Amino acid sequence: MPSLKDLKNRIASVQSTRKITSAMKMVAASKLRRAQEQAEASRPYAERMDRMLESLASDILEKGANADGLPKLVTGSGSDKVQLLLVVTSDRGLCGGFNSTIVRETRRIIRANEADGKTTKLICVGRKGRDQLRRDYGNLIVHYFEDIGKPRLTFADAGTVSAKVLELFDAGEFDVAHVVYNKFKSIIAQIVTTQQLVPLAPPKPKDDVIGRNLLKPSIEFEPEEQVILAELLPRNLSFQVFRSLLESAASEQGARMAAMDNATRNAGEMIQKLTLNYNRTRQAVITKELIEIISGAEAL
Amino acid sequence: MAEKVEFELVSPEELLISQPVDMVVIPGGEGHYGVLAGHVPMITTVRPGAIVTYEDNRVTDRIFVTGGFAEVTEERVTVLVEGALKVANLDRAKVEQDIKNFGEDVEDAKTDEERVKALTNLGIAQAKLIAILDDNSGH
Repeated sequence: MPSLKDLKNRIASVQSTRKITSAMKMVAASKLRRAQEQAEASRPYAERMDRMLESLASDILEKGANADGLPKLVTGSGSDKVQLLLVVTSDRGLCGGFNSTIVRETRRIIRANEADGKTTKLICVGRKGRDQLRRDYGNLIVHYFEDIGKPRLTFADAGTVSAKVLELFDAGEFDVAHVVYNKFKSIIAQIVTTQQLVPLAPPKPKDDVIGRNLLKPSIEFEPEEQVILAELLPRNLSFQVFRSLLESAASEQGARMAAMDNATRNAGEMIQKLTLNYNRTRQAVITKELIEIISGAEAL
Repeated sequence: MAEKVEFELVSPEELLISQPVDMVVIPGGEGHYGVLAGHVPMITTVRPGAIVTYEDNRVTDRIFVTGGFAEVTEERVTVLVEGALKVANLDRAKVEQDIKNFGEDVEDAKTDEERVKALTNLGIAQAKLIAILDDNSGH
């Protein structure tokens, strides 16, 4: 039976834990709002980028697709032996299953690749993912970024990551690249998403595109399509990375908020139980003391 | 001028400008060009330089961009950029200093890679200076 003082200390300690977790929840909530706004703000660019890629793709298709002139980023290197995974996790913990789910998915993909006789290489974004993967697959990690997006995620951050990916691709270090990240659905739901980065499939032109082009004047390109495409694709890659980093940042805060909410609630329950226990013990002590006094008086 | 063209300037981080204007002049990859309503649809690259918007034959805005892409349709001009800055906010002394520094970087560059990077930076700084000079002379 713990003494009264022990119980009191434990209550105090759980109370301060609750204060911390509830403060972290508040912080995560405000960061989440900011992250969501940022993700929202990047949407116009995404729409227009897609529109432009679609125009380019349909135009190139119309003129008869000759794969020779197309940049390698579209056509791929003609093999799929070496797979690159860009694993997006957080730098900090205390966010529930956020990082573990990503790591689990990554392990699954690595094993699937192994079964197919393919090699996997990893680029880790975020300390937590690397720490978890290092033990089993340390030799697969070719590069590692941390403190990306601090204090605020900018497009330049995504640029550094995608520059590394491009550099590896140009050096022929991999054939196919995917990014694994948490897509933000809601505060309680983050969906692990795997998205192909390289080769970059341009959005499929819609079925009516041919008919539409007959009515609309055809688009002029300056310089020609291939040149624009060659410039546009690396930017699009950066942008896809940027999007996944944004989604991941929002998911991280969402996951942390949910985890801290749970922790706060658990701490509350624990305090209730401990307080009950404390009061009972106090009663017991008082009763015991009374009995002692009474029996002492009786003995006289 | 009756018809206006919808001008949109978009960076990955946000939608910077979306407003109807009479004319936009864009520093295209193969030369500056002006866009009025009803322009032939086209897609071009954009060089570092100033995008200038006109209203009633007067310059309303000069925005410096570091490069990107422009999509022109009959009723809309969309420019995708990575960074944009009002020309009025550029600091001439600093830009001139940059040109000097990047010029030295080009001289000092040991590898081709460094040289390309320094040259790109130099080009951007020079384009900035041209934009400032244009602004001052009212072109």
